[in-house]
Amino acid sequence: MIPEIGQLALILALLLAVVQGTLPLAGAQRGVKAWMALSRPLAAGQLLFVAVAFLCLTWSFLGSDFSVVNVAKNSNSQLPAHYRIAATWGSHEGSMLLWVLMLSLWMQAVSIFSQSLPREMLSRVLSVMGLISVGFLLFLLLTSNPFERLSPPAAEGNDLNPLLQDPGMVAHPPMLYMGYVGFSVAFAFAIAALLGGRLDATWARWSRPWTTAAWCFLTLGILIGSWWAYNELGWGGWWFWDPVENASFMPWLVGTALVHSLAVTEKRGAFKRWTVLLAICAFSLSLLGTFLVRSGVLTSVHAFATDPARGLFILVFLALVIGGALMLFALRAPHVGGGGRFEMISRETFLLANNVLLIVAAGSVLLGTLYPLVLDALSGGQTKISVGPPYFEAVFVPLMSPMVFLMGVGPVARWKQAALPELWTLLRWAFAVSLASAVLTPLAAGGGSWGLRLGLFLAIWILAATVASVRERIRNFRGAVHERLAMQPRAWWGMTLAHLGVAVFVAGVTVVGTYETERDVRMAIGDTVEMGGNVFRFDGTTEVTGPNYRAARGTVTVLRDGREVLVLHPEKRTYNASGMAMTEAAISTGVLGDLYVSLGEPINARSWSVRIYHKPLVTWIWSGCVLMALGGLLALTDRRYRLRSTQQQRETAVTSAA
Amino acid sequence: MRAPAAALLAILVALGGVVGAREAVPTAQDPVAARRSVELARKLRCLVCQNQSIAESNADLAVDLRRQIDEQIAAGRTDAQVVAFMTDRYGDFVLYQPPLKATTVLLWAGPALLLLLAVLVLRRALRQQDETPAPAPLTGAERALAARLLRGEATAGRDEAR
Repeated sequence: MIPEIGQLALILALLLAVVQGTLPLAGAQRGVKAWMALSRPLAAGQLLFVAVAFLCLTWSFLGSDFSVVNVAKNSNSQLPAHYRIAATWGSHEGSMLLWVLMLSLWMQAVSIFSQSLPREMLSRVLSVMGLISVGFLLFLLLTSNPFERLSPPAAEGNDLNPLLQDPGMVAHPPMLYMGYVGFSVAFAFAIAALLGGRLDATWARWSRPWTTAAWCFLTLGILIGSWWAYNELGWGGWWFWDPVENASFMPWLVGTALVHSLAVTEKRGAFKRWTVLLAICAFSLSLLGTFLVRSGVLTSVHAFATDPARGLFILVFLALVIGGALMLFALRAPHVGGGGRFEMISRETFLLANNVLLIVAAGSVLLGTLYPLVLDALSGGQTKISVGPPYFEAVFVPLMSPMVFLMGVGPVARWKQAALPELWTLLRWAFAVSLASAVLTPLAAGGGSWGLRLGLFLAIWILAATVASVRERIRNFRGAVHERLAMQPRAWWGMTLAHLGVAVFVAGVTVVGTYETERDVRMAIGDTVEMGGNVFRFDGTTEVTGPNYRAARGTVTVLRDGREVLVLHPEKRTYNASGMAMTEAAISTGVLGDLYVSLGEPINARSWSVRIYHKPLVTWIWSGCVLMALGGLLALTDRRYRLRSTQQQRETAVTSAA
Repeated sequence: MRAPAAALLAILVALGGVVGAREAVPTAQDPVAARRSVELARKLRCLVCQNQSIAESNADLAVDLRRQIDEQIAAGRTDAQVVAFMTDRYGDFVLYQPPLKATTVLLWAGPALLLLLAVLVLRRALRQQDETPAPAPLTGAERALAARLLRGEATAGRDEAR
């Protein structure tokens, strides 16, 4: 009964979405207020029905209703309750339902927070989102029904893929999808502006907070995914350039470019066409990411769907959305006026250069991800190649290094016209400090690669340039330093924090890449391994029984100067339902570095192969990402987005200016 | 002295440390060779896995290939020879860094071409900027309208004119 209610709710949501995608849009074009007035209640109705459907599915998972195919395939009666909830989005069908739920949530958020928008604009935005919703609801109902029944019902479920049974599974997909789908808001704003012919700084101001919010979610989503892989996969890597990771990374790169381009459009009125194009691209890549992961064209841990009908549907949908948007862009963009003019050396140019580097980087990731697929298809399966980390690193570092360097210059450069001598005066100390640390640190540490020098230079450069930019920023204000700092708008603090996040990230990546140590040893009870001042002693394994697995639980004691400081328990689990073996690493996390121990294979009754890693500064990688996301959130709380509270001030300001 | 020690070590390994050795036995003996072995294994794809290198995977094939690499390094083969051995057996698919061939020219040249294209487009856009006249400054009435629009009081402008 419950699954049928869910199914019905989905159908009702589809009907509402069809109306929402058409009537308010037509109303906005023809000036029919009654039609436009429908958009907000329809958005609320859609959220209601999609949420009901989602809860019905969650209910079926919680109650282990194995008469539902989806539940029977992806759950098990032994599965702990929180993983049963996570299993709701663990399957292909469930994750698409999560996608639609996120879309409804964003739609409702726009409907609530953008009430001050002109009626036409709001109607168009919600209508465009409604059309996207139609596509995904149709996809769910036609090709991926999450509520399909199984007759007769299965006695027991197949279990959730053990790889997915991790706290990361609870948080990673919702965050990632909030980001992916969040770009649909920026997309809808861009399309609405193109349709309405009003593409100006006001439009940029309206869509900027939404874009920043989506970008924050995407950053957090990717970071949780990376942290999860580090914990779960058992060899301590944090990024693999897996096609599925790339699928989420491409929208992030373009989204980052979009966030910066919107800043220029809002402040200076420039880059309008470019910004619109980026908004279209960011969402298109989100859709493409969904397609790549969901159609099963990629063979990777995430791609659990292999059904050509689904692939075809998404491909047609993709062509309609992207093609339609680009066509509209081609028709309307030539009529968009230029914006504020700027000189060759100006903040605009630096931001534009960074935009270009980010886009080329995203394009290269796309090329590397799709190339093997295209080559395979063109050669009729004769030529199979793999494109992996060596390729992406070779391409990415040369593109991102100048980008990161310019990150130091942009914030201190003036809008419109900047002078190189002035920039040099502002930044020469920052430059000297970063250069010195890049040269001296490897000397002090007894050698290092060029990669280490480059990484150190860039990390210290951003840090030092940020200090310089803060000094320059508060130079012309009066009062004590902390007062002057407190006077700066939150948007500016957000940018500063996010940039510092990049510095922390680069430092982490560089140091862990250079100084990471690894020992692959076979250990019997009582054996010890020494690494970086720590002595690891293997104290054997015990059998433990988890809720849905059995495990060999190792005990590794860490000694420093002969004293026991830490006990780690890496596990080797075998899941009951699937029989799959999983490595559960034991990690001692620290600011300066992680100790990481994972069990390999048992060699005999008393000894195991054990992998032990020391990973200095590895947590800085994720801390940097957290800082970036926090920076975004801080920027979101900037007072200029809280329109109503500042209405009075702005009115007086504008009247006096006029 | 060395040979008997190595023999003893081999026995210890064979017994799996039952004798009660204190210092753990590295799975690979020579640290330099071990480093090379890991570096090589990272560049090679485990063919039966879902996008894992053979350094990362614990699948039988990966374990077997890691042993192959160790043996070949011990036999004095160069990295290039080990890679050639792998590609002869499994084709280019085994390499995470695709070799430069006619079929992969676009892959390797692509990023540079993209950058070139982007710079050209950028230059054109900047030139166009120089040619288009600067937009006229807003009139007082337009400013007031903008202020009202920002507050969301009015829905004026082009749309209302329809």
